[in-house]
Amino acid sequence: MSGMHGTETTAGPVEGPVPPEETSATGEAGSNPEAMAAVVRAVEAALPPDSVVSDHIRLRTYECDGLAHYRVTPALVVLPETTEQLAAVVRACSEHGVPFVARGSGTGLSGGALPRADGVLVVTSRMRTIHEVRPEDQRAVVDPGVINLDVTHAASPRGYYYAPDPSSQQICSIGGNLAENSGGAHCLKYGFTTNHVLGAEFVTPQGDVVQLGGMAPDSPGYDLLGAVVGSEGTLGIATRTIVKLTRLPQEVRTVLAGFASTDDAGAATSAIIGAGIVPAAIEMMDALAIEAAEAATKCDYPAGAGAVLVIELDGAAVEVEHEFAEVERICQEHHAFATRVATDPAERALIWKGRKSAFAAVGRISPDYIVQDGVIPRTALPGVLRSIAELSESSGVRVANVFHAGDGNLHPLVLFDDAVEGAAEAAEEVSGAILDLCISHGGSITGEHGVGIDKAAYMPKMFSDEDLDTMQLVRCAFDPDGVANPGKVFPTPRLCGEVPGRKKGAPHPLVAAGKAEAF
Amino acid sequence: MTAVGLDLGAARTALSAACGEVADGTPADAVDGVTPALVARPGSTPEVAEVLRAAAAHRLALVPRGRGTKLTWGRPPERADLVVDLSRMDAVFDHAAGDLIVETQAGTTLAEVQRTVAGAGQRLALDETVPGGSIGGTLATNASGPGRVAFGTARDLLIGVTVVRADGVVAKAGGRVVKNVAGYDLGKLVIGSFGTLAVVTEAVFRLHPLPAARSVVAAPFERPEEAQRLVQAVLQAQVVPSAVEVSWRPGGTGTVSVLLEGIEAGVEGRTATTRQLLGDASSAAAELPEGWAAHPWAGLPGRPTALKATFALSGLARVLEAARAAAADAGLDLDLRGSAGAGVLYGALATGAEPAAVARVVERLRAECTAVGGALVVLDAAPEVAAAVDAWGPVPALDLVRRVKERFDPERRLAPGRFVGGL
Repeated sequence: MSGMHGTETTAGPVEGPVPPEETSATGEAGSNPEAMAAVVRAVEAALPPDSVVSDHIRLRTYECDGLAHYRVTPALVVLPETTEQLAAVVRACSEHGVPFVARGSGTGLSGGALPRADGVLVVTSRMRTIHEVRPEDQRAVVDPGVINLDVTHAASPRGYYYAPDPSSQQICSIGGNLAENSGGAHCLKYGFTTNHVLGAEFVTPQGDVVQLGGMAPDSPGYDLLGAVVGSEGTLGIATRTIVKLTRLPQEVRTVLAGFASTDDAGAATSAIIGAGIVPAAIEMMDALAIEAAEAATKCDYPAGAGAVLVIELDGAAVEVEHEFAEVERICQEHHAFATRVATDPAERALIWKGRKSAFAAVGRISPDYIVQDGVIPRTALPGVLRSIAELSESSGVRVANVFHAGDGNLHPLVLFDDAVEGAAEAAEEVSGAILDLCISHGGSITGEHGVGIDKAAYMPKMFSDEDLDTMQLVRCAFDPDGVANPGKVFPTPRLCGEVPGRKKGAPHPLVAAGKAEAF
Repeated sequence: MTAVGLDLGAARTALSAACGEVADGTPADAVDGVTPALVARPGSTPEVAEVLRAAAAHRLALVPRGRGTKLTWGRPPERADLVVDLSRMDAVFDHAAGDLIVETQAGTTLAEVQRTVAGAGQRLALDETVPGGSIGGTLATNASGPGRVAFGTARDLLIGVTVVRADGVVAKAGGRVVKNVAGYDLGKLVIGSFGTLAVVTEAVFRLHPLPAARSVVAAPFERPEEAQRLVQAVLQAQVVPSAVEVSWRPGGTGTVSVLLEGIEAGVEGRTATTRQLLGDASSAAAELPEGWAAHPWAGLPGRPTALKATFALSGLARVLEAARAAAADAGLDLDLRGSAGAGVLYGALATGAEPAAVARVVERLRAECTAVGGALVVLDAAPEVAAAVDAWGPVPALDLVRRVKERFDPERRLAPGRFVGGL
């Protein structure tokens, strides 16, 4: 289940094959050689030679995304440069029944871009043009491989930025963000990718190119773009994307506050929200996470703190000034013993450095760890943190907590040493129990990392069969042949029946063999 | 209007077993001129499911109804054997003030939800554009008002939804937490679907704090370019407007209105800045003007034609000018109002306008909206006008739209014909 070593920068991943029970989700190499050969011929005819990778050693560079525990060597990698090329690849896959998986920068933390051994990996890293920056329309038009932060770099000289800011924003791509509905520290106030993507050129699983949404809002018809964002590549591939640009705020102020305990820090968070303040971000780190960040970055967080809050306020200057005073007062009321305020970008960067490096920093205090991503209602925070502490104590597995406190999105880091026998299993158990805690508090199994291959097995704990079947109706509408990133998000492979009234054929061989349920 | 071959007696018996309140449809229950044979008033999600299973067994075409305030929007249904009235489902289940969320049934009015959450100094940041409308109807029609500049629309606020499918299956998506990427976001699909995909029975929304102070800065304009210059001046500044409205009756003087919200001292300062941006002729008021969120057709007698135009923000002047020219050439009065700061304008043409003249206005305005990245939809019109115009205009990815409809409602029994492409 939960992935180990799940960050961009941590030490070497565990080597080894994907456990056998997961091969139905990732395919078997060479299972359909004629179909693959036909796809290779079609792709080679449509793309320049250096855009097609079939050499085994080079294929292996793409065997995992940011969740490095799962590794599968794709049968073929293609790097299209245009929507037309990308559509030609998808069309070939569709015609020959070969699965395809889209990949941006490969930073995802749930294995959403894990390749299929029997499929094609479609990498968008050569589609990196920022086509338009239009402050007068508050929009930018960008290719799917464009790096998230580059949109902000292109827009900020004109007074704008792209609001969603996943912590991998220096390397992650807009296409990957769209697929995963990526969040970030500042989504408390500004929302997620879904709130900032207004339109996209979209390649359907049949290889047709259609336009979803546009420069203007509320386009007639169902909000298909809304369904596509966050669908983890299972409905098709978005290419040229229209994103919303947000006006840079007049004032930004960042506060670091140290507390004796996570209880105090959690209560301060609730009090800030309760006072009607919507900060741009409220982030929390507990003592173990602070220790790691300190070891890695010398971020100079207050010594002896049981928890720190990083609170960022932005907006019109007078409001920020007023809210800042309120936040300071509330923190003091909740026994903050040290506060540090940043008013310029350099000081702000220093405060954020500790927080943003926290995942990787945990590598300093533990050889291996699992990055968990769960959500609870914010008011449940103190109770859930105590439960996590109890879990940790009873199991002897250390857990460092780093999270977006404002919206209840937890990122517990479950620490272990893979060299110790049974340690990985114990860590996985704790990690799974944390997800169960989230579900039992009415929360979610993922706030921003996605379901991917990592948490597909948890979906039935959060959703009923009926819920999942209904989601499958959407899948079947877009991808009746199940070629777009099959095996991700949903726990059981399902095949789409014909729409009633249309011709029904013989049962699918997978159904006949009892390997899949017909839907 | 009922399809031949239906056994309404048997259907009625089955519906009565599913929910206690089943009645004959009357002309007052007509959906855009189509009187249903039956009306069922289920009181809970399980009852809605029972009703829809009974309707499926008897092949009844049905139209969901919240408070019936927007039933003439969209095209008239081809058939409506049954209206599923959700007005008994009017509970606000849970207002978790500390989590800034509210969970409500679909038949609850938006106004009731606002009253409930206002007690804790909060609001659901959706304007009541049509008085008395329900949560379900607001979602089904994707109704939005001036506040969309700051808070977006239903798609930005809905975090969880419960629906009943055409086959009576109950399904949920999303949840009770603001941040959640598990599974497909079915809420996005049902928003603006005019009841053609499933019946929404419950919804969870994120809330925002009520502002301590507000002010509305207004400035007059005569020409479309002037309106665009004023709107752009505000958007490009850092005054964080909650709304940027334009209202204009071509030929007359129009108004750009900017809503500022926040703490008193902040609003005061931003009001001063906004007045500088809008010029000497601008004025400020502490209260929202009457009819702030209302459509331009509100209060007009009879059956006016209701238009919704969308455009890229920089296309405002072009759309205003096209509207002026089209109305003048057709000899019609066109009243325009809407969220220019979000790229949306609504238009009203008076009752009794010559259908062919309305059709010319629609065609011309649609061409201009399309040219600036938007669309023009005829939301509501008298039957003779509706017959003369293409209500929805070109629909992007219509094939995919159809495929989604076929999966959710293969027998075309949910509000058939009301939505795009005759779905």
